[in-house]
Amino acid sequence: MTNEPILSLNALTMRFGGLLAVDSLSFEAKRGDITALIGPNGAGKTTVFNCITGFYEPTSGSIRVTHDDGKAYALEKLPDFKIAQRVHVARTFQNIRLFAGMTALENLLVAQHNRLMRASGYTIFGLFGLPGYRNAEREAVELARYWLEKTQLTDRADDPAGSLPYGAQRRLEIARAMCTRPVLLCLDEPAAGLNPRESDELNVLLRSIKHDTKTSLLLIEHDMNVVMEISDHVVVLDHGKKISEGTPEFIRNDPKVIAAYLGVDEDAVEQAEAEAGL
Amino acid sequence: MEYFLQQLINGLALGSIYGLVAIGYTMVYGIIGMINFAHGDIFMVGAFIALIAFLILIAIGITAVPLALFLVLLIAMLLTSLYGWAVERIAYRPLRGSFRLAPLISAIGMSIVLQNYVQLAQGARVKTLPPLITGVHTLLDLGNRFVVQISNIQILIIVTTFALMTGFSWLVSSTSLGRDMRACEQDLKMAALLGVDTNRTISLTFLIGAALASVAGIMYLLYYGVIDFHIGFVAGVKAFTAAVLGGIGSLPGAMLGGLLIGLIETYWSAYFSVQYKDVAAFSILIIVLIFMPTGILGRPEVEKV
Amino acid sequence: MSAARTENASVLSHALKDALLASIVAFGLFILLLGFLIGDARGGMGLTQRPALLASVIGIVFVGRFLISLLYYNAPALRAALTRAWTAILDLATQYKTALVLLVVAIAIGWIFFAPAQWPLVVMLVATLLVGISLGFSAAFLVFAILFPVAFYDNPYYLGIAIIVLTYVMLGWGLNIVVGLAGLLDLGYVAFYAVGAYSYAIIAQMYGWSFWACLPLAGLFAAFFGILLGFPVLRLRGDYLAIVTLAFGEIVRIVLLNWVSFTNGPNGIGSIPRASFFGIPFNAEENGFAATFGLEFDPTHRTVFLFYLILALALITNWVTLRLRKLPVGRAWEALREDEIAVRSLGINPTNTKLTAFAIGAMFGGFAGAFFATRQGFISPDSFTFPESALILAIVVLGGMGSQIGVAIAATVMTASFELFREFEQFRLVIFGFAMVGIMVWRPRGLISTREPTAYLKERKTISVEHVAEGRG
Repeated sequence: MTNEPILSLNALTMRFGGLLAVDSLSFEAKRGDITALIGPNGAGKTTVFNCITGFYEPTSGSIRVTHDDGKAYALEKLPDFKIAQRVHVARTFQNIRLFAGMTALENLLVAQHNRLMRASGYTIFGLFGLPGYRNAEREAVELARYWLEKTQLTDRADDPAGSLPYGAQRRLEIARAMCTRPVLLCLDEPAAGLNPRESDELNVLLRSIKHDTKTSLLLIEHDMNVVMEISDHVVVLDHGKKISEGTPEFIRNDPKVIAAYLGVDEDAVEQAEAEAGL
Repeated sequence: MEYFLQQLINGLALGSIYGLVAIGYTMVYGIIGMINFAHGDIFMVGAFIALIAFLILIAIGITAVPLALFLVLLIAMLLTSLYGWAVERIAYRPLRGSFRLAPLISAIGMSIVLQNYVQLAQGARVKTLPPLITGVHTLLDLGNRFVVQISNIQILIIVTTFALMTGFSWLVSSTSLGRDMRACEQDLKMAALLGVDTNRTISLTFLIGAALASVAGIMYLLYYGVIDFHIGFVAGVKAFTAAVLGGIGSLPGAMLGGLLIGLIETYWSAYFSVQYKDVAAFSILIIVLIFMPTGILGRPEVEKV
Repeated sequence: MSAARTENASVLSHALKDALLASIVAFGLFILLLGFLIGDARGGMGLTQRPALLASVIGIVFVGRFLISLLYYNAPALRAALTRAWTAILDLATQYKTALVLLVVAIAIGWIFFAPAQWPLVVMLVATLLVGISLGFSAAFLVFAILFPVAFYDNPYYLGIAIIVLTYVMLGWGLNIVVGLAGLLDLGYVAFYAVGAYSYAIIAQMYGWSFWACLPLAGLFAAFFGILLGFPVLRLRGDYLAIVTLAFGEIVRIVLLNWVSFTNGPNGIGSIPRASFFGIPFNAEENGFAATFGLEFDPTHRTVFLFYLILALALITNWVTLRLRKLPVGRAWEALREDEIAVRSLGINPTNTKLTAFAIGAMFGGFAGAFFATRQGFISPDSFTFPESALILAIVVLGGMGSQIGVAIAATVMTASFELFREFEQFRLVIFGFAMVGIMVWRPRGLISTREPTAYLKERKTISVEHVAEGRG
């Protein structure tokens, strides 16, 4: 069951004018897995994310998400908000994008917009405070409370998101994305700027999302501690191309990956490959 | 055909005036990212100052047109730029770096002040200046009902505008002030850190914008011969439309937008109806913005995710 | 001692220098425009000199700048003194709340004893004060509004001004949905006011429908126009949005001005049917309001009715806005103001969200327009010019974007002072413009700039302004 892919990219290409940001990239992320997308700066990781979540329309190639009921969606033609709305793919951002002037709780309620919108009869029932809507709102607050607890933010629930410390903002963004009840959560550098303790806590949180919910995870990360410790599968990008893919163990020892990170030239890679007996 | 060409000339003259005012909007927007709503009224003040200067010169017996024109140009540019400076100092500088809508409201306040101040000072009735520059040249006469003519004043407007545009482009591209202005436009904070006197640069931008608006005011005065305290609003809205149409922040855009608005208005009046000329200009603005959300020559806004 | 003296001397010389510089600038600014008047004594071309006027204005600038400089250089001490006085007053008031209440009642009884005819005024003031002390500012505002016609029944002039004020309160609240909550800059709000007014006027005249039948229609038409405006501006940001909304307002006005067969052009539409008391007209006839309720006919009945009508409309606007804020659509508006990209990443349709904001904001503008038409009995395009839009926007921004009570205060202060000083004409407008500049410099985020959260887990904390975005739209 865990072997079927939830996300599969096929020959995804994204071109900005003369710049080929993503070059015919194909990979799969398995359902229930944590898949990591790594690579040096400028490798095109965030661009891949933006293609998956619909903020960019890819130049060519396809992106499929398959729900566990077997229903498949082609993301490459869907606009951003429909991907989140229909396909239930949620994301966080590299530079945190919270609703800074709204409280943490409000942030999590906004995330449940579509469900609440239906419950409020597209505002009309809600305007007159009919019980159906009130129940739905109570449920929404409960879900928000659950994720606030999970992210250790219960004490700060009524504070504006903008006033939270950096690490808490990162966690709140994950909580907000989880409140959309996603099948696939895309995390763009969730550990960036966190101290080692926060980074460990993040690992715990991401593992618990993997085990306790039906959400599969795709993450971009520079922090190799996080990547190696929690991911099931790692895809390595360099200059928009996939240069390697496999288990964390495999990636750790792949000379091509080492070369890409250390910026070694091609000859050195070949030499390393020869030495490794490849 | 002759009619068409005639309207082209009329449209270019009108568009030049709009373009000169539009530069003021676009410069200020480029540097501090705000709509200087009072700019149209600065144009109006310029026209009034020019009219009074003309009348003073006539009263003291300087009636040689080229000399009078030169002196009026000098006086009006000087005094009007003082208004530009004062408006920035009073209403905008205290709000620099503040929230986006605060300077907008304070600009609207300043616009109300200027309009009513001029109305208080000079009365609400229209003021006239007898035609000083007369004479027309026939460019094309095919013996039909229409001939194509260009008047001296139209030549003056178009030539002055293009001379100022050239001079101004040179100023922005090749002088140290221009370099400071471009630096402030890129990044105000960084420019300040690198030793650019941003306050001075912004003040000078307002001074120059107001000076150009005053030239537009003089041209308007000479072209139409009639001004009142209300011309600033209409011209201001048109010039602002022009600046946005061309792509706000872009100097060639402002000029292009000005010419386009002038031409659209003139042709619409000539071929359809005078009453709806503004509707035509605004509708074209809206249509252009639907397809080019940042105007014709504006830099497309990159949405950074 | 001597150090203080030199400091004083340097403050003085600084202030003098500032004043002198300001006078030089003033001379440059005013030499032509104030020093000369276009047109000579015979009304022909030429100039009249006004040296006395010029000199006195420059004198005023000199003295004014001197005083401001003195104040400015002594500002910290002054501010500290003021703050101390204010906290002392507040402390006293909270400490002796009961005594204060008793004092108010005592004064009121004394007042009524000596001037019994003024009892309605006294009742209003006392009720407002007592409610204000016990329930807070918003409640006091409401009580004041409800009792206003009681206190000023004999003064149709004040009643008239109060009606205008309430119209602007309603317009401010309507625009607040678009600008304050959704963060979309709208410089053409008056267009919806116009659409509402003309819809009512034309339908009422052509089909003879009553005000109550036309009111929802006026709102619907305005909402339709809101959506019409919404579509082209969906992708636009900031100043592009500003100019398009401004252009839209102008287009509506120009069309009203020139479509003579439909709108009667610049002459406007007159003899618009007056609002009736749910079908009972306000006239001296037998079936009129006064006769039906066994009262003596009094034209003030209609004015009072109009007052309560617009008060009710405004309160409905307020109630709906407050409800909407707590509903998903309202939260989506505020989220849109904070960060549109994040909104999209959460599966919220930004197009629908923006369009509903435009439509609902416009609808309230339309209601206000219908009310305006029935109150005036005459409308023309002159009432729907850009300065009107600017005034409404200024009310929203000066009040504090998103704050209902702030908008109400701003609308009251601005329109009431504006109407009360009508006799000073342009002079009042110059001051008005400077006041707008001054308030913005003093409080760039408006009078009340905090945000109330729409939901809370443990306690409701007011959100300070530094976190709240104002939208890029």
